Amino acid sequence: MTYKEKVALRKAFNDIPGTYVLTPEHSQKGYGLNMFCMSLNKEENRAKFRENEAEYLKGYKLTDEQRDAILSRDYLRCLQLGGNIYYVFKIAIFDRRSMQYVGGKMSGVTEEEFRDMMLSGGRSIIGNRSKEEKNG
Amino acid sequence: MVDDQSLETDLKKKKMAKIVGGIGCSHVPAVGAASDFGKTKDSYWTPLFDALPKARKWINDLRPDVVILVYNDHASAFSLELIPTFAIGTADLFKPADEGYGPRDVPDVKGHSALAWHIAESCILDEFDLTIANHMDVDHGCTVPLTVFFDQPEEWPVKVIPLCVNVIQFPPPTANRCFNLGQAIQRAVESFPEDLRVVVAGTGGMSHQLQGERAGVVNTEFDLTYLDNLIDNNEVNRKMSHLEFIREAGSEGIEMVMWQIMRGALDDQVEEKFRKYHVASSNTAFGIICLENKTV
Repeated sequence: MTYKEKVALRKAFNDIPGTYVLTPEHSQKGYGLNMFCMSLNKEENRAKFRENEAEYLKGYKLTDEQRDAILSRDYLRCLQLGGNIYYVFKIAIFDRRSMQYVGGKMSGVTEEEFRDMMLSGGRSIIGNRSKEEKNG
Repeated sequence: MVDDQSLETDLKKKKMAKIVGGIGCSHVPAVGAASDFGKTKDSYWTPLFDALPKARKWINDLRPDVVILVYNDHASAFSLELIPTFAIGTADLFKPADEGYGPRDVPDVKGHSALAWHIAESCILDEFDLTIANHMDVDHGCTVPLTVFFDQPEEWPVKVIPLCVNVIQFPPPTANRCFNLGQAIQRAVESFPEDLRVVVAGTGGMSHQLQGERAGVVNTEFDLTYLDNLIDNNEVNRKMSHLEFIREAGSEGIEMVMWQIMRGALDDQVEEKFRKYHVASSNTAFGIICLENKTV
């Protein structure tokens, strides 16, 4: 891979609307946030987080923005701040929320509207391949 | 203890393991949950579950001893702390992982340590540097396909070799690399001196995007073309770039690179024995395809 190719690939990823690829840069930014989410795999950690969310977060290296995004369950913001969906979804699992609720929240519709969209074939790829195509 | 004598006896037996089939299959967690919580007769799920008996019969008739199950771990056994591109499970037992809900209530997954170690040795000497995992919990990526293949038995009827692929942290291995690894796995299996019938399953996909404002993307045309091309035009699938997978099939659609390991482990000429494609299960286009090597 040449440097030029690397830059071209980043540009191409950025051109896909509403999509946050876990690139090395993204991963470095989101490491603390994602590892906090990972910790929720353990029941003992879920219990501590349940007891006092803000206090529990002190154990992780997070920016203020990341902390706010977690506490306010702003999944989209979490992604924008370096999160990856499989990690961030663990917060939703903790809250007993479904993936369709999360999908709806990130794309600005209700869980029911999101579920209906999926039942009728999902979000169309047409118009969603690139920002240019989308904004047309 | 392996001594010269026993190695020679092995070779005299000449009954080598062989790959008897390949399966491409989605591993949507909600499909596992539908089975676990008795929802398979709900109208939401019948279009999918009513199609499965035919696939299950085909698998049962193949009489597999071992399934090499290619899947990705979803922040369960591995995290960003350690990201193996390919990790093979060499243990005799794998426990269902706690993904945040508590572990799935399904049987433990029994491994085939001797064959897994043989595959690791053969592939590494063949220049595919697999990570060896002697301890690894398995998440829905591994256990949901087992539910699809075998329903709800007391014990899984096969031994399972979990082969974990990183598809979350960019860059995952290319589709072509996956295909080539599949070929190395075929060579490895066929040099294992035991009469074992092996199925290779590549799981994940099909088109779906769980994240961001584009969440919910499905591309049926892409998926059906991918399935068709697996049979007789797989060069197209194998040469597909990460960018194209992500753009066309959604950011999580990239999981379909794992199907290439299955395809690479089969011969050039294959026959399709079963296919089902259904939109949507939860947020994902569900696909399953069953393949056998073409007998000349």
